[in-house]
Amino acid sequence: MSLTETIRFALRGVAANKLRSALTMLGILIGVAAVILLVAVGNGSAQAITNRIEALGTNTLTITGANRTAGSGGLTVEVADALADPVLAPDVRSVSPLASVSTTLTYEGTDHEVGQFVGTRPSWFAAANSPLTDGAAFTADDEAQARRVLVVGRTVADELFPGTDPVGKQVRAGGALFTVVGVLAAKGSTGFQDANDIAVAPLSAVREVLTGYGALSSILVEAAAPDRVDAAQAQVSAILARRLPATGSGSAAYRIQNAAQLLQTQTETADTFTVLLGAVAAISLLVGGIGITNIMLVTVTERTREIGIRKALGARRRAVLTQFLIEATLLSLLGGALGVVTAVVGSQFTIVGIRPVIVPSSVVLALGVSVVIGLFFGGLPAARAARLRPIDALRYE
Amino acid sequence: MDPASTPRRPVLDVRALTKVYGEGAAAVHALRGVSLTVQAGDYVAIMGSSGSGKSTLMHILGCLDVPTGGRYLLDGVDVGQLADRQLALVRNRLIGFVFQAFNLIPRTSAVANVELPLAYGGVRGPARRRRALAALDAVGLADRADHHPNQLSGGQQQRVAVARALVTEPALVLADEPTGNLDSRSTDDILAVFDLLNAAGRTIVLITHEPEVGAQARRLIRLRDGQVHSDERQDQPGRHTAGVGR
Repeated sequence: MSLTETIRFALRGVAANKLRSALTMLGILIGVAAVILLVAVGNGSAQAITNRIEALGTNTLTITGANRTAGSGGLTVEVADALADPVLAPDVRSVSPLASVSTTLTYEGTDHEVGQFVGTRPSWFAAANSPLTDGAAFTADDEAQARRVLVVGRTVADELFPGTDPVGKQVRAGGALFTVVGVLAAKGSTGFQDANDIAVAPLSAVREVLTGYGALSSILVEAAAPDRVDAAQAQVSAILARRLPATGSGSAAYRIQNAAQLLQTQTETADTFTVLLGAVAAISLLVGGIGITNIMLVTVTERTREIGIRKALGARRRAVLTQFLIEATLLSLLGGALGVVTAVVGSQFTIVGIRPVIVPSSVVLALGVSVVIGLFFGGLPAARAARLRPIDALRYE
Repeated sequence: MDPASTPRRPVLDVRALTKVYGEGAAAVHALRGVSLTVQAGDYVAIMGSSGSGKSTLMHILGCLDVPTGGRYLLDGVDVGQLADRQLALVRNRLIGFVFQAFNLIPRTSAVANVELPLAYGGVRGPARRRRALAALDAVGLADRADHHPNQLSGGQQQRVAVARALVTEPALVLADEPTGNLDSRSTDDILAVFDLLNAAGRTIVLITHEPEVGAQARRLIRLRDGQVHSDERQDQPGRHTAGVGR
């Protein structure tokens, strides 16, 4: 009997038992899709964290006040300027003091509550890794003159100026008018906080209009190079220790966060998360595998009688075995492929705030394991039944 | 010409066949040395009470089971010497087997069921379909070719099974209680088909425990306790009228 004939028999066998075939494929589908999706969610959250930290810039230090009750721990513009010392801190490229506030922007009756309204210096754009797509950043001169100019993030631009060019428009913030001069390039969304929901203005203007002349929110220090971050951190610490001596209780009034360290800690957390999800995925693959095993065993056992009939009619062992192997392959492959499709479609949606990112190796692994299980447990009982004498297969109950 | 009156080479030649199930004290001797020959064109009925070994004999004759001892020559070939794939060839080419329980493949059309032995025998495409339809026509079911087994009555299913057994034009048609699951009307239908087949020269061996079925055959063999108890030719004045009457 030719191979095409056997394939036709296998197709007929699959089509003749539609419900059973559908259930088998469903089991494989769920197993494969679960593994791919869970791993994709884990991977997606890890990537979100990495993106968020890379968005900060990896060669930066962030200095924040540690003691919330005492303003921002005495971080002033003077302290910030002291850090930009080419002698004491040669590895610091730039220092950007930040005054950050949450406020409402109004443009022609449209309101938008902007998550971060940041007052800073022009050096921030390079340090925070935030280039512009439209217009231009404000200049040091704008900062010196406290001009009310504004650079908005993608989200703000879309909310306030849908379909129009924001550059040159005037928006109201905190009772004053700001002229939009530029739009920031869209950043990869992190899932947790919209990095594009931001407006950036000169520090002097923001302090004048919104935050007042109190302590800064934070200071962003850019190191000369990624491998000079640790040196810059030491130099900055030394200056700060002198400028802002520790209080009586011994705790520093500020905290220095190293983006690289932050990246490492967060990546470790994300890796733990991925491992956890991977374990859950492995269990679902195991359960799915047992499901496939079960239905394949039942199918072949139930069809032992059919194998007996076929052998009594003169089917060779190889013809019977090939037919059942092709049936098992077909069901496993079709179910697996549908599972991959389901996972790919599912990964287009945001799951618990995380955009899943499919890991190709998980697709190969899930598909491979399901197909191997399907083939093995579809083929093994079929091989056993095909070896029986026809009369024993016919009598099998 | 009456095939029974002009013996040709034997289709079946069984010598001192034994079959033992189980081992030691629990051993059951189903066959205790059965010897018989069947000439081509003969129509043999094997009767016996349950436990007489007739089903075991039938399964061995159909190459579905292997004997414990003795020789079995089918069309001159010693079946005991054959390997698995040659046995498959024998089942496919030389034997047409009709089961008591029909044993059609479920959810598969009648014509596809009849095509099955041809497919395993390597017959392809239009020739296969034509022969399968001709076999169905021979049992009077040409109009039911596309029906599935569950859409057919028991008698119709058994006639499909008979068509499947004879589609390869085997040297030997074996029927294991072919009418055991059928009502009297369907029984008559099946027996008429066998009469026609035999009249066309086919060799038929069937087992039954219904005397009126046994009475249709030319030769009646009775088994008792795994041995041939009696073996007689019989005249059946009613046989051909029964066959022609339908």
